Formats: sequence, structure tokens, C-alpha cells
Amino acid sequence: MLKATLKSVLSRKLRLVLSGLSVVLGVMFVSGSFVLTDTLDRSFKSLFTTIYSDVDVQVAVKPKIGSDDPDQALAGTLTADDLAKVESVPGTDRVVGDVVGSARPIGENGKVLTTSGAPRLGTAWRDGGQEQLREGHAPQRDDEVVISAYLAKTGGFSVGEQISLITLEPKKTFTVAGIFGYPGNRDSLGGEMTTAFTEATAQQLLLGQPGAYSSITVRAGPGVTEDVLRQRIQDKLGDAYQVKTGEQLSKDSAAQIGEGLSFFNYVLLGFAGIALFVGIFIILNTFSIIVAQRTRELALLRAMGASRRQMIGTVVLEAVVIGLVASVVGLGAGIGVGALLANIFSTVGGGSLRLEGISVPPSAIISAFAVGIIVTVLAAVLPALRASRIPPVAAMREAATPDRPLTRPTIAGAALTAAGGGLLWYGFAEGALWFIMSGLLVAFVGVALLTPLISRPVVSVIGKLLAWSMPGTLGRRNSARNPRRTAITAAALMVGIALITGVSVVLTSATTSITKVAEGQVKSDLIVSGEGSGPDGDATFQPARLDDIARLSGVGSSFGWYADRILVDGKPQFGIAVTDVPVMQKQFGLSAKEGAFTALPEGTLALDEDSATKLNLKQGSTVSVQTTKGEARTYTVGFVYAKNNVLVNAIVLPVSAAKQFRVEQLETAFVQVTPGTAVQDVQKRVEPLFADNPEITVQDRSAFVKQQASQLDTVLLMIQILLALAILIAVLGVINTLALSVIERTRELGLLRAIGMRRAQVMRMITVESVVISVFGALLGLGVGTALGVGAVRALKDEGFTDLGIPWTQMGSYLLLAAVIGVVAAILPAIRAARLNVLQAISYE
Amino acid sequence: MTGKTESAARAVDVWKSYGTGEAAVTALAGVSVDFERGRFTAIMGPSGSGKSTLMHCLAGLDTIDSGDVWIGETKVNGLRDKGLTDLRRSKVGFIFQQFNLLPTLTAEENITLPLAIGGRKVDRAWFDTVVDTVGLRDRLTHRPTQLSGGQQQRVACARALVSRPEVVFADEPTGNLDSRSGAEVLGFLQRSAREFGQTVVMVTHDPNAASYADRVIFLADGKIVRELHQPTADAVLETMKHLDGDELVVV
Repeated sequence: MLKATLKSVLSRKLRLVLSGLSVVLGVMFVSGSFVLTDTLDRSFKSLFTTIYSDVDVQVAVKPKIGSDDPDQALAGTLTADDLAKVESVPGTDRVVGDVVGSARPIGENGKVLTTSGAPRLGTAWRDGGQEQLREGHAPQRDDEVVISAYLAKTGGFSVGEQISLITLEPKKTFTVAGIFGYPGNRDSLGGEMTTAFTEATAQQLLLGQPGAYSSITVRAGPGVTEDVLRQRIQDKLGDAYQVKTGEQLSKDSAAQIGEGLSFFNYVLLGFAGIALFVGIFIILNTFSIIVAQRTRELALLRAMGASRRQMIGTVVLEAVVIGLVASVVGLGAGIGVGALLANIFSTVGGGSLRLEGISVPPSAIISAFAVGIIVTVLAAVLPALRASRIPPVAAMREAATPDRPLTRPTIAGAALTAAGGGLLWYGFAEGALWFIMSGLLVAFVGVALLTPLISRPVVSVIGKLLAWSMPGTLGRRNSARNPRRTAITAAALMVGIALITGVSVVLTSATTSITKVAEGQVKSDLIVSGEGSGPDGDATFQPARLDDIARLSGVGSSFGWYADRILVDGKPQFGIAVTDVPVMQKQFGLSAKEGAFTALPEGTLALDEDSATKLNLKQGSTVSVQTTKGEARTYTVGFVYAKNNVLVNAIVLPVSAAKQFRVEQLETAFVQVTPGTAVQDVQKRVEPLFADNPEITVQDRSAFVKQQASQLDTVLLMIQILLALAILIAVLGVINTLALSVIERTRELGLLRAIGMRRAQVMRMITVESVVISVFGALLGLGVGTALGVGAVRALKDEGFTDLGIPWTQMGSYLLLAAVIGVVAAILPAIRAARLNVLQAISYE
Repeated sequence: MTGKTESAARAVDVWKSYGTGEAAVTALAGVSVDFERGRFTAIMGPSGSGKSTLMHCLAGLDTIDSGDVWIGETKVNGLRDKGLTDLRRSKVGFIFQQFNLLPTLTAEENITLPLAIGGRKVDRAWFDTVVDTVGLRDRLTHRPTQLSGGQQQRVACARALVSRPEVVFADEPTGNLDSRSGAEVLGFLQRSAREFGQTVVMVTHDPNAASYADRVIFLADGKIVRELHQPTADAVLETMKHLDGDELVVV
């Protein structure tokens, strides 16, 4: 029996390849994700070991917010006294006060240079550190800097040239005194760009405090271990200081990156899961067709005495063989793809992340085989069971397989669709991801089961649009011939398109809602903000600029805010210190829920009703607020503002609180022009105020909204790219179905050629069939996706999704894409069909 | 339908072999034959005598090694795929042993399929004549699965005739039918030659089927060895016996 099965598998190589390919792609995605993230993880670990190789013990002020931010320097600074204390600890060899902060270089085009996620650092130059001067000399004057080789290469700077930098202060220009690299001839450690100043300049520009240090780095003397020294220093300084060994620091940093990487891995695996889910449809379909085509062969085996169990065994065994082969190939391809992506990743940062060799973690191998074999066998069991039920005699006859009734799948489909819808509704309402995912899964299976029923009328309508000639009519009829086959093929395509459409609907609704709110409620005409604005963002500007704005003619009212993360009663919140609360209320159209929306006196704060409920606060309650710097302070809730879609979940603090923020600089400013003044005129007057700060842009309301919305476009693009694999697998499914149908209909094709059908007509016939199937799948996907999207938007109504936006253009393009997919998928099967030898085809059994 | 010659199809010294070298098998060894317009000819011979090959070569379904094949005024050998397709589309009709109807089409659509493929109009009067002759008037809207074997083969006959081809080739048309249905089909082929002047060439191994033809040619080892005119079943059977005998002698 084993031999018969293996022979049967090998004798049909094409079938093996086609049914295996979808598994290969899914397995490739899964194992590739593991290889990529594991390789990057180890590379980052080694990078941090290198970065901290020079550090035995590091001293910093203990962060108050408990932030993971590596740029903790601004949490608090150390003094020369601290330095002296550390130096007095026995066993220290080299004690250096570090000055580290953010310094963003400006490139030739006047724009700020960007990295691929690594920091743009400013430091104080130290001789004898890891940094090795390659050219020039150390900075001696306050207007001299040395820059890292990667920065020099990226920005095209050489020794003696001028370089402009933005720090806590706006643009300042320096002379490049030297260029440095790192041990091992590295240009950069992990893609960072570093500028080193003289100590005094660094302290002023990076920390805003002369004589301050962000941390103290200690090298241990001979015979003293890191741990011993760490303990000694900790004992000397006390608990207000954070003292860590180099090993701890490198571990902490690596763990932080690792967290990001494992999230990245989950995202990739999620999409791999979708791809495999689609793959199941394809394999299920392939095996159904194969079993149907082999009915006679299987019946012969039964007639010769094979048991039902053996029958199922042969089909499942075939699935195991295909799954095994596909897993091996998929694992190989996955390692290749993982390695390729890791290499791309490492070169994007200026070749600065050294890959620690491509590794294949056990997780990649185990998941490859588990996924590949389980998925294949799972998909093959159903057709196998069905095959075993066919009585041998019926199969031996020229079996005109009758259409089985669709009642049972339809009832099951309706039940599953309803159950999936319920799970989804609950999931969206409660924000429960697992419910959403299982709901999607169940709903997709449900809709797939309903598809055969829908396929008849829909396919005939689509077909009529396409079939204007005889080959077209034949193609249309062929696609309606086996509703189940067409349905599953189309359902596979549906999954990808439904997900993309659902996400598009949600994102379009978000954009529509944002725009509606901005146009209807917000009266600010100009918005001054920086790239990457946010509590962690670098781009901020001097508070004096806001005063300058207020003095301009045509400016009716203006206000701005400082932003930082804060702890309210120990819970992390987003805090803003607003320069003028009443103006904000007017420009944003806000209203108070409890108390009066007035200026906030010292020691009072305001918060929105949702946060008030969550934190269990009302007007008059007292809370403890911890800011990045300084000690915790007690605030009284001045008023609670009504839920709105402009200012969401922000704790509003009086402007004085900003003194204890990480950076005492404004993050955003809003301007309303005087009635009758043209907004552009005022914009032209505001812009020059920020001429020395290319990070800051002045935008009118609609441009600002557009910019915000464009971030959503990036999200959509990423999702589209990741879902492309699911769609690619679905395309394989269409090819597969067509190819198997062509084999199945060899005699018909022979006849058509014999009675005078041209090759081109044969190809057109196959193409119409293919396009009908793909367009049907796309329509299903658009329908299901719209339903999903609308459901999600409705469920998220309280989260600011006030308006529903249907992305008609995108949906149209998906439909068009499906038609193109149909044409492309038909190419190979059509060529195969057209090339059939007429005589052989007509006598084909 | 008034060509210059009286032949609807013609083979002139046709040679055809399969395989190469030691394994080469000669299927046709210098066959020359004329099929007169409006006559019903049967080709007979034992298995492997080359009768099917001859028909396939005449119909442009298979290539020949040397010689010439003509359908009406058209020289078949030398045509490329497109030319052959057009030839089959307009000048040749086929009837196969395995009916070969398209299951997705109704009987009427199957009948008019060659015209539809060629984008030609259906001659309604001729269509009606053919349909009435094969007796399918009340079955036109049925799908092949709803028809009996005999009915399916009659649909195939109508399909072969509806485009008024130069010649209809029938390959064992009664091979899959019971004797009554077979007789109906053969009677129809006979009538189409006698009443409509349709040239019909039929390959068969059944002497009874051959007796419906105006003329029977016998093939053995790739050569035409005998010919009968206005044959009876007995005469055909007798000839076949001799052929077998000849073969035995040869062997």
C-alpha cells in the first residue's frame, strides 16, 4: 500500500508541485520569521556587548517614571560632586562623567538626517574611550565637533567643513575637527550617528545644565570584579542612584530590542498564519480534485480488497509525503528569505549592524515541520473520508458524479458565519484580540461554506459580462460547472482581499473621522509641530517662539503645549502642560463635564471623563503626579472635560509643570487667525520664526490632517505587503484549480480542437474561467471585508470613529487586481491546454 | 459544393511510421485512395492495420511522412496549426466512438458548436433538416447527461453535419452503442450521403456496420488490400476472414 501510494505521488509530479507550493510558501514565511528574528536578536546582543565592552560599571540617576527609554539622561543629571564620590570608591581605575543627549545633524538639503531607528546622539568627547579618531583632532574650541564616520559618510561631511546641528537649542553651526570610528573598523555601532562636542558645549546643548553629567562610566582597577565594584559604588551613593554593571546594561538594552523583535516576530507569524489558512483551502481543493480524478483508481484498489481504512491511509499518506517535502523545501526557502532580509536589515543602517551569522533556531525547524505536515494532512482528511465512502462499483462505472446537495454545507456555513460574527462583535467591543482572531477564522470558514450557494447566481452574472463569444461562454459555463471547486478557489482569494478591504475601511473611516472633527470642531488655522512629535519625540522648539507668534499681526489667539509621560497615582499617562487653557478650549471646542473649563491654577489639573472614570477621580479629588524630573507632587482635579475627539485621554497640567518635564520645550503650537485674515498670509509670517529649525513645520489645518492621515497610509501599505503573500497563495490556488481542470477536461479540449477551435480561443476560454473565479473571489472579499470593516467601525464608535468611510477607489483597484490575477493565473494552464496534442487528448481516459 | 474534382478527400502515396530505428512501426505504407463526393465509405481492417491512422491523417489530426493528402481543393500536408484548425473547422466533421459532447452545453448548443467557434451563422433550415433527420427535435434543450448513448451519438452526428463539411469522418461511431442505437446512427449516416450528398468516411471493425456503406476498403499492414462496392455484411465478413487468412499465411 505504501509503495502504491509513493508511486502514485511520484507519477504525478505536477500535482505534487502544485499542491505542495502553497504549503512551501506558508512554511517559508513561518521559518523565515524565526530565522530573521533570531539572527537579528543575536546580532543586537553582540552589538550591545560591543557598545558596553568599555564599561565595567555605570552610574545614573534612578528614573522616576520607570521608563524603558535608553535616553534616560534627561531624567536627572549627576554633578561633579557625584563624580568625586565615585572616584573615591576603592578599586576604580578610570572614572568618566558622560554627557549624552540628542543631536540631529542637518544634511546638505537643509533637512535633518535620519537613521533607520538608531539614535542621533550628541556626546562630550573623551580621549581614551572606544571612539578612535581616524582623521583630524579632538574638539578643542566650543565651535568644534568630531563626528562618527557613518555620519560623515551619510551627510558628506569632511574635516574642516561646517556642520549644523539641532540640540535642545535650535540650529547651531560647528566646524568638523575630526572624524572617528569604532574598534573593528566600524563606522557606526548599530546605525547610530554621533557628534562629539567639548564637554562644556555638550553640557549646555544636550543637558541644558552647565557642569552636569548624564551618567558616570567606571572602569574597574585590576583585581576588582564588576559586581564587587558595582556594590561598592551603590553603597557609597545610596538608593537614589542606579548603578549597573556593563553586562547588565548590555543585557537590558538587548532585552529591550528583543522585546521589539519578538513583537515583530508575532506580527510576521500572524501573517504567516493567514497565509497558511489560505493554503489549507488550496490543499483541500487540490486533494478533492485529485481524489475525484482518482476515484476509479481508488475503486479498483477497493475492489481488489483494500479496506476503507487503507483507502484513507493512501490519501493521508500522500498528504504526509507532500507535507514533508513541502516542509523541507519551505524550511530551506525560509532560511534563505530570513538570511536575505537580515542582510537587507543590516545594510540599511549603513552596514553597521554586524550579523552574527545566520542561525536556524530549533523553533524554525520544529514549526516548519509541524505546520507543513499538520496543515497538509488536515486539508487532506476530508477528501479522503469522502473517497472512502464511494462504493467501488459506482466508481468503476464511468462515474458521472452527481452534484451533491448543498443543504448541509449551507446550514453549517450560516451557523459558523453567525458564530464568527458574534465572536468578532464581542472582540471589537471588548478589544479582545483573541476573540477577533478566532471570530475571523470562524467567519471565513462559514462564508467559505456558503460560497457554493452564492457562486451560482454571482458567477453567472460575472460570466455574462465577460462571455461575448463562444470560448467565453464555454469558460463561463466551466467555472459554474463545479460550484464547490470554484467556491473554495474563490474563497481562498476572498480571505486576503477581505482582510485588506476590512483594514482599508477602518483606516478610511479613521481618516474621514479625523477630517470631520478637524473641519467641524477645531478652529485652529495653523499648527506648528515637529517630525516625530510625541512624548518621546525629539522635535521641540523654544517657548519664546510662541510669544513671537502671538505678537505677529493677523494672529487672533495662540497656545502651545509641552508633552511628556507622567505617572498619575503611579499609573502611566500622557501629560500636557498647556500655555493657555481657555484658548485651547475655544480653539478645540471643548466643554467641561464637571466644574468649569478655566485656566488651571498652580496645583490643579484637568482630565477627560474616561480617564477620570478609569483613575476613579472626580472634581476636587487629589492625586499624586510624578513627572520625569523632580519629586512627586499632589494635584487637585480642577475640572473634568467632556469626552471629545480632539483632545483624547490627555492629562492637562498648568504650564509650570513643564519645568519638571524631560525637556522644557514646546511640542506643538496652535494658531487661530483674526477674522478676515487669510491663513496663508499668517503662515508666511510664522514660518520664518522657525527658519533655524528644519524639524519644525508650520501647516494649515487641512495639511496637518493630511499628514496625520498619511501615517495611516503607511500602515495600510505595510499590511498590504504582508497580505500579498496570502493573495499570492490564493493565485497559486487559481492556477492549481485551472491546471487540474485542464487535465480533467483533456478530452473535451481535444474535441474542441478537433472541431476547429483555435489555440487562441482555447486560451481565451481558460482565461475567462480564471477571471470569473478571481473576480468572484474578489467580490466575496470586498463584501466580507466591508462587513468586517463596518462592524469594526461601529464597534469602535466610542474610540473616535464617528464617521464611516468606504474606500471606493481602493476597492475598485482590488477588483481590477483580481481580474489581472485571473489573467495571470490562466497563463500557464492556458498554454498547457492550447498545446495539447489533439489526437492524444481525444482518446485520453 | 461543386468542386472541380469528384474527390471530397484524397490520399496519394501516403507513408507514415511511428518511432525510429529498430522500434519503428510503419502504419501506412504507400496508401493511395480517393473518396468520391457524396459517397459513404467504410475503412476496415484488423487491429494495427493502419485504418485509424489513415483517417487521422486524412482529417489533418496527424502528420504524414510523405505523400499528399487533400480535402477537397485543400492540400492538408504542409498546413500549420492554424490552417489545420481552420480546415477542421469548415471542411471536416467528426464523429467519435466516445460521443465527446460538452457536458456544459445543451444538445442544440453542442450541435451548433462548430459554427459558434467559427463565428458563423446557423443556417436554420439546414439545422432543422438535420435535427429532424436524427430525430432530436424534442431533446434540443437537454444536457448530454440527460440523453441516452444513442441520442448522444445522434447529437454528435448532427454536430458533424451542421457545418456542411466537405467530409465527415466517423471513428467507430457504433462502438459504444447497442445494436439498435447503432443501426439508427448508421442509417442516418447512409441517408446523409444518399439524400444530402454528404461524403462520409467511417472506420469500423464491424462487418454489419460496414454493410451500410456504398464502398468498403480493406487495409492490412498499412496497405489497401481489397475493395468492395455495395457490400453486404456477409461479403464483408468473408473478405475479413480471407484477410486474416492472408495474414496467417504472411506470418
